[in-house]
Amino acid sequence: MRLKIRHETSYVYGTPATRAIQILRLTPRGHDSQFVVNWRIDVDQDCRLDASRDPFGNAVQSFTVEGPLDGLTIVAEGVVETQDNSGIVHGQAERLPLPVYLRDTPLTRASPGIRALAEQASAAAGPDTLPILYAIMNGIRDRLDFIVNVTDSGTTAIDAFSHGHGVCQDFSHIFIAAARHIGLPARYVSGYLFHTEMLDGQAAGHAWAEVLVDDLGWVAFDPANGIAATDSYVRVAVGLDYLGAAPIRGTRYGGADETMEVKIMVNETARAG
Amino acid sequence: MNSKGIMPAPFDEMSSADGNSRPGYELIKRWLDSETPESLGHRRLEAELLFRRIGITFAVYGDEEAEERIIPFDIVPRVLTKTEWRKLATGLEQRVTALNMFLADIYGTGEILKAGIIPSDLVYRNPYFRPEMMGLKLPHDIYVQIAGIDLVRTDAEDFYVLEDNARTPSGVSYMLENREVMMRVFPDLFAEYRIDPVETYPEELLATLTSVAPNSAPGEPAVALLTPGPLNSAYYEHSFLADKLGIDLVEGSDLLVRDNVVFMRTTEGLKRVDVLYRRLDDDFLDPLTFLPTSVLGVPGLMNAYRAGNITLANAVGTGVADDKAVYSYMPEIVRFYLGAEPILKNVPTWRCREKDACAHVLDNLHDLVVKEVAGSGGYGMLIGPAADKATRDIFAEKIKADPDNFIAQPTLALSTCPTVVDAGIAPRHVDLRPFVLYGADKVRIVPGGLTRVALKEGSLVVNSSQGGGTKDTWVLDA
Repeated sequence: MRLKIRHETSYVYGTPATRAIQILRLTPRGHDSQFVVNWRIDVDQDCRLDASRDPFGNAVQSFTVEGPLDGLTIVAEGVVETQDNSGIVHGQAERLPLPVYLRDTPLTRASPGIRALAEQASAAAGPDTLPILYAIMNGIRDRLDFIVNVTDSGTTAIDAFSHGHGVCQDFSHIFIAAARHIGLPARYVSGYLFHTEMLDGQAAGHAWAEVLVDDLGWVAFDPANGIAATDSYVRVAVGLDYLGAAPIRGTRYGGADETMEVKIMVNETARAG
Repeated sequence: MNSKGIMPAPFDEMSSADGNSRPGYELIKRWLDSETPESLGHRRLEAELLFRRIGITFAVYGDEEAEERIIPFDIVPRVLTKTEWRKLATGLEQRVTALNMFLADIYGTGEILKAGIIPSDLVYRNPYFRPEMMGLKLPHDIYVQIAGIDLVRTDAEDFYVLEDNARTPSGVSYMLENREVMMRVFPDLFAEYRIDPVETYPEELLATLTSVAPNSAPGEPAVALLTPGPLNSAYYEHSFLADKLGIDLVEGSDLLVRDNVVFMRTTEGLKRVDVLYRRLDDDFLDPLTFLPTSVLGVPGLMNAYRAGNITLANAVGTGVADDKAVYSYMPEIVRFYLGAEPILKNVPTWRCREKDACAHVLDNLHDLVVKEVAGSGGYGMLIGPAADKATRDIFAEKIKADPDNFIAQPTLALSTCPTVVDAGIAPRHVDLRPFVLYGADKVRIVPGGLTRVALKEGSLVVNSSQGGGTKDTWVLDA
């Protein structure tokens, strides 16, 4: 697919902020089934974008702006071509030793319930890894309802699992916790999802997970939808959990009454002539 | 401990087996013999008044009444001869050199793990390992600029390292205050003995911090001390050291990052900071990289760090070296990087993460000290010989439930030093925390360090949070 993406994040401050600092993980990188045709990031304030790479291989931009600021808008946009490869991600430089992807983080710690789910899936689905991962995904989808605006970005896998509902982030955290518990390296992915029912815009990016599967390498699963990733998925950043892959982590100094609005458009586009 | 469960008489640093004083202690013995319990009591009171006036206090975590209180100070100094100290200092320098090479390696290519000397899981899955540090080249490859290595002595020859304290070791203010008080209370002793000075520590620390500034820093790098603030138990030490070093004491809110450069707000505007002596834990340093809820840190600090515009002392991620299971590999670490035998001994350690070792530990709990791998300050440990069966049984269950979290060591016969007690003078167990300053230009260790003493008879726990006291430590320039 050839996808045109526009991701706008706008902050409005009721009382002006004196300054702001932001760390962006908003730039997709290519792999064997993802080609970034073009991409740019714009900030509506006078600032310098410092580009770097983090140890997970993500493209990172950081900037500071000096106020007074009534608001701040960040736009990431571009065109990405994707191919369906059954979720298998090849052609990424892998910089980190695998045991790093078995680390617990506060957001991806497993409770006895999550551990039991992983162990049951593992016992029931036989020796091969892929069926086990599908069994885990199905187990999570049986347990959790997809409900927006109940959990937030700080909700842990343990809390979401015990409350029985969440969004793609929570499904992914639980899935990662379960996979790591049975010894499978797993990581969180933030990115974009092309969806024919959401052509008018989405209020949040998508999140899924990648698990290292013997002989296949890293395979992307979308636990919220119960499938392996397809060419509708644009992979932007990876981390041990949401915090490591978050599109934006920032702080504002001074000011008050902040409102934030996110608008994401993901549309199919024809090849330019 | 022998098979009958009787502790052999511990090594006393003042009195040798034949009843004479050991080298270095002759004058101390003569002095103590000349004092009466009353006169000692007066001196003790005098010292305590001086401490109250100086105001050195600390807060105890987990104490409901968490009021600040003075750490008990014992007026009998602990003495090391120059010969003893030279050997120690050589061993300390070797140890911290190896620690720095180890940290540079595991955050780089991980040769020691590839060689199979340390299990990679133990490092890469360690809670104190920071993946955010991978592939970052630090100026001069120095991770641990300040180490506070805890040593115990078991006989005339042997010192063992108990902990390396590669994160943010505290206690050096006590070392300095203890000396100051001793010099005021006992000017006559200082006239008779030639004691190596410790007062140079602040300038040595500043020289060390200056030496590790980023290459981009100006000729006179700006150094500041980052504290979590007045609620922290070591805040007194933070303000004390900043004052002695003549550097700014800052909290996170006094700093900001602009275009990946760290600045301090001052009355005259922003001032660039090149080196941060940070006494704030990794988790709280930068809410945009670590704990997002931290209000103690500096947003964007890690990006400035990765951009090479600031030196943090100590580096982020040194805590992995403090893990007690990683500690157990220190002899191998020294041999691997330096190709030399370790000068300082390591306490033999059973890693409960290994099945056979765990079984041995569970069978011998009555003889062993069991510690959590990430524990410190004497919390969360079991001293097998001193515990009753019920306590040991509870601990055994904890070990079985999470073996990776525990190590065990034999109980060491810690040396004793003469100490003032209510009944006069009696031997009490001591340890020693020398402070090793590892700069880009050289390694500096002021002679001595902080001696901690377990004031309760027979107690082996010297931690101030658990009723320990301190002593002045003399290296005799004989």
